[in-house]
Amino acid sequence: MSASLDKGVRVLKEMIDAPIASYFSSCVHCGICAEACLFYTETSDPKFTPIHKVEPMRRIWQQEYTLLGRLAKLVGLAKPVTDEELGKWKELVYDSCTFCGRCSAVCPVGNDIVYMVRKMREGMSAAGHAPEGLKGAVTRTINIGSPMGVKLPAVKAQMKHVEADYGIPIPLDQEGAEYLVTLSSMEIINFPEYLGAIAKIMRHVGKTWTLSSEAFEATNAGMQIGNSDLARVIVARVVAGAEKLKVKTVISPECGHAYTALRWEGANLIGRPFTFKVQHIVEVLDEFRAAGLLKTEGMETDRLSFHDPCQLARRGGVIQPQRNLMKMVAKEFVEMPEAGYMNWCCGGGGGASSIEEGEYLRIEAFQVKKRQLDAVKPDRLVTACANCRIVLEEGLEHYKMNLPVVGLTETIAEHIPDPE
Amino acid sequence: MDQLQFLTWVRGPGLNLALLVFVLGVLWRLIEIYGLGRKTDLSAPRHVPGASGWATIARRSLPAPGLLKSSPVTYIGGYIFHVGLAVVVFLFAPHVALVDALVGVTWPALPSQVIDFATVVTMVAMVAVLVDRHVKWAKRFLSTFGDWFAWLLTFLPLLTGWLAVQHLLLPYTLMLALHILSVELLLVCLPFTKLFHAFTSFGSRWFNGTMNGHKGVPV
Repeated sequence: MSASLDKGVRVLKEMIDAPIASYFSSCVHCGICAEACLFYTETSDPKFTPIHKVEPMRRIWQQEYTLLGRLAKLVGLAKPVTDEELGKWKELVYDSCTFCGRCSAVCPVGNDIVYMVRKMREGMSAAGHAPEGLKGAVTRTINIGSPMGVKLPAVKAQMKHVEADYGIPIPLDQEGAEYLVTLSSMEIINFPEYLGAIAKIMRHVGKTWTLSSEAFEATNAGMQIGNSDLARVIVARVVAGAEKLKVKTVISPECGHAYTALRWEGANLIGRPFTFKVQHIVEVLDEFRAAGLLKTEGMETDRLSFHDPCQLARRGGVIQPQRNLMKMVAKEFVEMPEAGYMNWCCGGGGGASSIEEGEYLRIEAFQVKKRQLDAVKPDRLVTACANCRIVLEEGLEHYKMNLPVVGLTETIAEHIPDPE
Repeated sequence: MDQLQFLTWVRGPGLNLALLVFVLGVLWRLIEIYGLGRKTDLSAPRHVPGASGWATIARRSLPAPGLLKSSPVTYIGGYIFHVGLAVVVFLFAPHVALVDALVGVTWPALPSQVIDFATVVTMVAMVAVLVDRHVKWAKRFLSTFGDWFAWLLTFLPLLTGWLAVQHLLLPYTLMLALHILSVELLLVCLPFTKLFHAFTSFGSRWFNGTMNGHKGVPV
């Protein structure tokens, strides 16, 4: 056994807890999880059946934690997990799983398969079988500060541009501000309108906010690749920044997995509860709306639909706020079939979008999104995740669909009246 | 050993042995699984009505939206044979009498014609899910020896019981003895095969419901 395989197997062994053992013991091979997975429904390839993606981990569980499995191992009847096998599983654990969680939502015996895949990735990355694209993203985040290699000077440059365009100062490192706004690299590089929208909305509602020079990046490639040690280092930056500035709330940007990393995994990664609140920008905006602080004027007159990011809705519990906000500004808001809790993934979540060799799969899987869109034919698609947005744009371009994709925060900001 | 001796053995020592393995096996497996524990979730919970482990235990008994259409045999066949099994096992008069004799608890039984009908329907449903396992890609791909074996373990008691009651194929005494033996085989194997989902699926639903319920998602 090679050193890296040995490490991977050891990590997988450590990952197995009561839920995992219960899930493996409960699976009856009914195949229903396959019907919920866009990589199966769009390719009809049974190897993409979600529960099959964790098969090596099942054998480790069986051989290490069950009486019969241990006996079988003792007499040489157990089939050990090999390096070659894990290499083959890379496509199943990374390229064809976006952590979307539809499988976990449908399993009749109740298995949370995404929970299992998330743990499986810890072993895969320890064994050296993570995709190069994700390895690069993690290395850049650890060494430079962001998966796309964005450094503070780039953020400052962006702040200046936004200040010039919107005529609103962007606060940096303001101690005691109520909100710490974090960003995803994608927003810094591709969607600067997000920062402008935040500035406009915060001025409108009269709340204090700030960016942090050490905690501007909210995404967490360590979580996506399945390396909790690195995920902890990355999330600790946000915690340090938030605690130093003594903010009440950290706002997760329009990014699905950043929300999961901060809101749900963060405290568990650093091993203590947070001293501040974490909210997705959509939750914050809906709170402003409910408190009567957010007052928009005018309506979008074209036909709008909303794409629910999986980590925000199904895996994060935020489903209604985005709809309340849409209704504030959209005259004609149409829901795609299965929108909300059971929405279909864009195909590039959970780090999949940074895996180059998985592109053909993402394009295949996008057919389900195309069907959802064809059913309601919107003029524009609104979402609240910069990664969904990029992946959707790629898919739309491939299938020659002329459909602009916009962010919800910027859409709201466009309806904020100018101050008198 | 003649037929009567065989019947006497399966009713006496055989049954005791099978029950012993079953009870110890179930306890062992439950400890083996749930003894592993899990870490406390340190993230701040979001409270939403209906987002809990107990709610998920109930909710997962119904098909997820849209999936009845894509997996009709799995769902409909599955419902019929699970309900059918429960009816046949727990509401057939001789079974009720057996439980009464063993532990002194009794309840009303269904007329034998109803049980007869339920048995046939259950067997038909089981054959349907077996065929579905063979023809449906993802299901066939996932299938291992354990799946076919577990099916047989479940089917044999139904078949032998029905044949015994109908006085078909073999003399009644021998068929009854085979029926009891097949049940014993099922009892002995249940804790160590996928049939153990009869116990763990409640735990699995609870974990899924609790962990996602912590996030305010009623799964």
